[in-house]
Amino acid sequence: MAASEEASRPFAGLSEVSISEDIPVEGDISVPMSSSRRDDEFSTLDEPVKETILRDLRAVGNKFIHVLYPKRSSALLRDWDLWGPLLLCVTLALLLQGGAADSDDQGGPQFAEVFVIIWFGSIVITLNSKLLGGTISFFQSLCVLGYCIMPLTAAMVVCRIVLVGGSGTVSFAVRLMVVTASFGWSTFASTAFLADSQPPNRKALVVYPVFLFYFVIGWMILTFSPSQ
Amino acid sequence: MASNKDPFQFQEFEEAGNLLEANRDAVTISIEDEGIKPEKQPKRAAGYSPGGEDEDPLVSDDKEELLSGQKKSVPFWTFEYYQQYFDIETHHVKERIIGSVRPWPMKNFIHVYLRRNPDLYGPFWICTTLVFAIAISGNISNFLVHLGKPNYKYTPEFRKVTIAATAIFSYAWLVPLALWGVLLWRNNKVMNLVSYSFMEIVCVYGYSLAIYIPAVVLWILPYEWLRWCSIVIALCLSGSVLVMTFWPAVRDDHPKVIIAILSAVVLLNALLAVGCKAYFFSKPEPILQVENTPAAVMIKPTSST
Repeated sequence: MAASEEASRPFAGLSEVSISEDIPVEGDISVPMSSSRRDDEFSTLDEPVKETILRDLRAVGNKFIHVLYPKRSSALLRDWDLWGPLLLCVTLALLLQGGAADSDDQGGPQFAEVFVIIWFGSIVITLNSKLLGGTISFFQSLCVLGYCIMPLTAAMVVCRIVLVGGSGTVSFAVRLMVVTASFGWSTFASTAFLADSQPPNRKALVVYPVFLFYFVIGWMILTFSPSQ
Repeated sequence: MASNKDPFQFQEFEEAGNLLEANRDAVTISIEDEGIKPEKQPKRAAGYSPGGEDEDPLVSDDKEELLSGQKKSVPFWTFEYYQQYFDIETHHVKERIIGSVRPWPMKNFIHVYLRRNPDLYGPFWICTTLVFAIAISGNISNFLVHLGKPNYKYTPEFRKVTIAATAIFSYAWLVPLALWGVLLWRNNKVMNLVSYSFMEIVCVYGYSLAIYIPAVVLWILPYEWLRWCSIVIALCLSGSVLVMTFWPAVRDDHPKVIIAILSAVVLLNALLAVGCKAYFFSKPEPILQVENTPAAVMIKPTSST
């Protein structure tokens, strides 16, 4: 019996020690961390919906400014979102409607075609840069390519305003200038963000598809002619 | 070349025979097997050639180790498998594009430029560029032809992009597939010295389309003689690169089969060029009366073909 008690005591002692150590350690680690995080995250539950939406919109607007002044900052890359690209893409596709597409034969691009060209095109460019060994992540690249459509969307707005005035040679010249400028702007801005992620001897290989992508979008904008 | 031919033709016979036996069982691996097979040839040839080809065996030895290591470990559904086809740099692409439009006599595009390292970057982006170049310049030429006509209304003709994409991409993928199949079949019957992998054939076809991009841009100008001149020049350049590349692969075959394969290659090339010109670029003398109704406009492109 004594031997058996002695044999059981070490076990009992161990179990006591292990239990007594287990509980405080769990409590110490888990409780304060989670509580402090919860305070930060769920504090937005109390704020009005307007503030939440405005905060997201402000983030999107911040990125628009980054596209306008492409100064190789990584803010556009660090926290990506796809709201801005979606907004720009839908705006562009809507503005391209109501044109020659109304006539059934060989008209301009339909809404779905614009949508597919923009998203599928940027996915292909992203895959291309990943396959070439780029260090940028998939959605970061999609985000940059989408946000850099902004100058072209602005050009589309200008084109529609110019087309209200008439569609003669002068209006075509104005549209050509605006679209060319915004095409160069888009390409320059996206190159500023994307080219650094590539090895130096492959930069041209990555920039060329981007150039082609914005060129095609610019072509769609330039050839848009409203139905009369 | 003729003195080298006999010694390792015998070696090649056993080697390729074994591979072809294996191919019958496993169809899905056959692309990779074909890719590895030609890599072994220069190594073996190094023992026989007296030193004229010092560079090639060394280079291909390195590449052989790298590529065979990669191909064994990486299956085709992974991202890394496709990464090996984008393992190129800017100057490689430049060299390959220039090489595809400058056919030196007896210079094999696959041996000189690809060096067992075919890429998919060039073919894919050349095809994409060609699609948009055809659609856009076809549209501009159509506009220039009708410029000043009172009842002409400009349309972007966006549907042409889809049609051009279908034509170009099916040419750049299906023709190499068929050619690869035919070469494989002929390899089974008659032993050839050189055999190409599927990716190498795709790569050659993709780069051979590069000359059509400047040609298509030239077609904007509404001069029929200029268009035909550029078609003939582009056909000669790309056709001769294709013929010279595939000549070693069919050289030991029957003369009839050689003529059939090579003329099919050239004919399909010509068909693409002439078909694109006829469909996407309207003639300078348009029919004015039928322009108003949509149905007549639908008929017009088909009647011009």
